[in-house]
Amino acid sequence: MTAQTQSGQAPDLLYSEAEEDLRAAVRSLLADRADAPTVIARTESDTPYDPELWKALATGIGAAGLLVPEELGGQGATHREAAVVLEELGRSVAPAPYLTSSVVATEILLALGAQDGPASALLTELAEGRRVAVPAVPFAAASAANARLDSLDGVVGPVADAAAADVLLVPTADGLYAVETDAPGVRVEPLVALDLTRPLATVTLDGASGTRLADADAGRRAVDRGLLAGAGLLASEQLGLAEWCLTETVRHTRERHQFNRPVGSFQALKHRMAQLWLEVVSARAAARNAADALATGSPDTPLAVAVAQAYCSKVAVHAAEECVQLHGGIGMTWEHPAHLYLKRAKADATAYGTAGRHRETVAALMELPAP
Amino acid sequence: MTAPDAAELRRRTRELLAAHPPATTDRTDFLKARFDAGLAWVHYPVGLGGLDAPRSLQPVVDAELVAADAPDNDPRRIGIGLGMAAPTILGFGTDEQKERFLRPLWVGEEVWCQLFSEPGAGSDLAALGTRAVRDGEGWVVDGQKVWTSSAHLARWAILIARTDPDVPKHRGISYFICDMTDPGVEVRPLRQITGEAEFNEVFLTGVRIPDNRRLGAVGEGWKVAQTTLMNERVSIGGSRIPREGGMIGPVARTWRERPELRTHDLHQRLLTLWVEAEVARLTGERLRQQLVAGQPGPEGSGMKLAFARLNQEISGLEVELLGDEGLLYGDWTMRRPELVDFTGRDAGYRYLRSKGNSIEGGTSEVLLNIVAERVLALPSEPRNDKDVAWKDLSR
Ligand SMILES: Cc1cc2nc3c(=O)[nH]c(=O)nc-3n(C[C@H](O)[C@H](O)[C@H](O)COP(=O)(O)OP(=O)(O)OC[C@H]3O[C@@H](n4cnc5c(N)ncnc54)[C@H](O)[C@@H]3O)c2cc1C
Repeated sequence: MTAQTQSGQAPDLLYSEAEEDLRAAVRSLLADRADAPTVIARTESDTPYDPELWKALATGIGAAGLLVPEELGGQGATHREAAVVLEELGRSVAPAPYLTSSVVATEILLALGAQDGPASALLTELAEGRRVAVPAVPFAAASAANARLDSLDGVVGPVADAAAADVLLVPTADGLYAVETDAPGVRVEPLVALDLTRPLATVTLDGASGTRLADADAGRRAVDRGLLAGAGLLASEQLGLAEWCLTETVRHTRERHQFNRPVGSFQALKHRMAQLWLEVVSARAAARNAADALATGSPDTPLAVAVAQAYCSKVAVHAAEECVQLHGGIGMTWEHPAHLYLKRAKADATAYGTAGRHRETVAALMELPAP
Repeated sequence: MTAPDAAELRRRTRELLAAHPPATTDRTDFLKARFDAGLAWVHYPVGLGGLDAPRSLQPVVDAELVAADAPDNDPRRIGIGLGMAAPTILGFGTDEQKERFLRPLWVGEEVWCQLFSEPGAGSDLAALGTRAVRDGEGWVVDGQKVWTSSAHLARWAILIARTDPDVPKHRGISYFICDMTDPGVEVRPLRQITGEAEFNEVFLTGVRIPDNRRLGAVGEGWKVAQTTLMNERVSIGGSRIPREGGMIGPVARTWRERPELRTHDLHQRLLTLWVEAEVARLTGERLRQQLVAGQPGPEGSGMKLAFARLNQEISGLEVELLGDEGLLYGDWTMRRPELVDFTGRDAGYRYLRSKGNSIEGGTSEVLLNIVAERVLALPSEPRNDKDVAWKDLSR
């Protein structure tokens, strides 16, 4: 058997002090600028993204450059820190192109390994929060294999955060291109998305031109690596989201009285919340494991990411569904934020591959083949 | 004296190994020497098998000993002593009690069992009815205990009994160390669904216990028992579990080796359980890292819940996967085993034995109550038993 059953170095599954400091900074920013009523109001406006929030997060806190080495203008940190930022973004469901630009697009550019030239120049701009780039790849795609145009001509979608992007990273049969969203022959048309807090768009390229960053093979490998990092760190967003849902549900059921007692004192509800707590605790271990594997370049990374996605997707959806149910009627309202979390959780469960897709990856890596 | 650091512990371990080479030293002699060197459980006090060192440094000692092929104290055989009796004796025992009991307990010369559950008091343990009545310098105990694992092997038992029936149930309990060789102790095997008898019924008739075998004050037994139960639920292994280390291991191996057994439905379920088992392993690993870093979290109370459910589902899947073979069972002979091995024997045994995982040491329902109330701070259910004298409770 060649499947690895015993990994060498133990992954570090805890949070460092620096990571906790970063968390505190991001959390206080989001509390200031993205409370639930603000987020709900923005989703109904023409500007779902808050440019001030992005500036403070990307440049002020420096979160956009966490994965980028210092010599390229970044913070020289790792996926572990980016994962903490995503936990907080999951907790607030504020629209921000962090996962798509600061993780996936950034990782794609990093994977090209360029020290100078257009890829590294763009990387610096992303790291400094001056521009936003997203991959022109369907949000549901787990690999570059079925996400490729023949040339800079055609339609791709739904693409996450394309409306917030200055640059698209477009994999084609002829190589990986950087295409400006305001260039001639490029149309970004918003779609009506299930998830109100992560806008989706169709990207139409009609004789567009762009800068070729890599040949087809290197481009495909880079996009695969970007999507792997995206899937791995999405688990941390799902963790933060699930944690918010549990905390909020516990708070509500302790306060809400029916039958002359708090509804949270009914054992039928207590057991459901205790079960959810166990799932959140487990999701934390899975998400930290994926972030640490990505950060340390562990050979276990593909397995760690597949396990985290196969597990955390379900936990986030379960937490959001319980949140709605245990709030009763108020959970069904537009005014209460629970629906934002349910919509995000459900969309996240498809993003970068469903749990079932990731289980197939586990099957392949662990040599547990289908009949 | 300041507590020794890792380097000092390593030095002392090597000294022990040099003075008592494992290859030529009798097993028990080696274990006694290790205890006396303070290298048994380094966080215990000096003179009681420890060196007052941080608990997180125990792996330093263990690694040296493993590398030198030194014998261990076979913790699976003496789990109740190590996991429950010892921390309770350490926390509440007199100096004489600690001196007398801890060394033979750790070395494995004396096996312990837990006389807590009764026919009328399981989840509601505080309702127990076994009576301990003052008699001169000691106590006389009468009553019945049940589900007592290892009672047939045990030299000593931790025992809780009612010393005052006229106060509410939590307040009238005292905690004792019971001599299992006392003529009033009768142990009868209790056969379980696997066919064998790991546990027993224990009848206590006029059992005399000297007062110096009481742990904690009279009437404070419930508080003392909390320490025991806490340790029971948190006694999660100190070492890393390898991937596929638990019940998922044999199923995965069968899947790889026997393609003729595979179906699509089983495949989906296997992968789901494989992922959950891997996540449970990582959750245990994270808890271990928290303990080592000196930041224990409440996660421990969840681990038993997770493993109980997984063990049951995985072994259930395995019986199905095996098809015709899953219809067979190794052996129904009534035995009184020395060891409990959850992953041992065949799939049918694993399936049946793992049913106990959600009952022993607190049922899963009770653990969910504990998580809800202690971790999530959800309100408790209305209760009608708190201010009623034990003797007036309904039974
Ligand atoms: C293999 C095995 C080994 C054991 N070894 C020992 C031992 O060595 N020493 C010892 O003292 N005991 C031992 N036990 C006993 C064990 O601790 C008890 O069986 C357990 O605490 C449950 O008590 P009970 O059997 O009386 O069930 P009950 O308490 O009668 O429970 C019946 C059902 O009611 C549920 N229930 C009870 N109260 C509540 C509540 N408040 N809320 C929701 N549901 C509730 C339970 O979850 C269970 O499903 C062992 C048990 C097993 C199975």
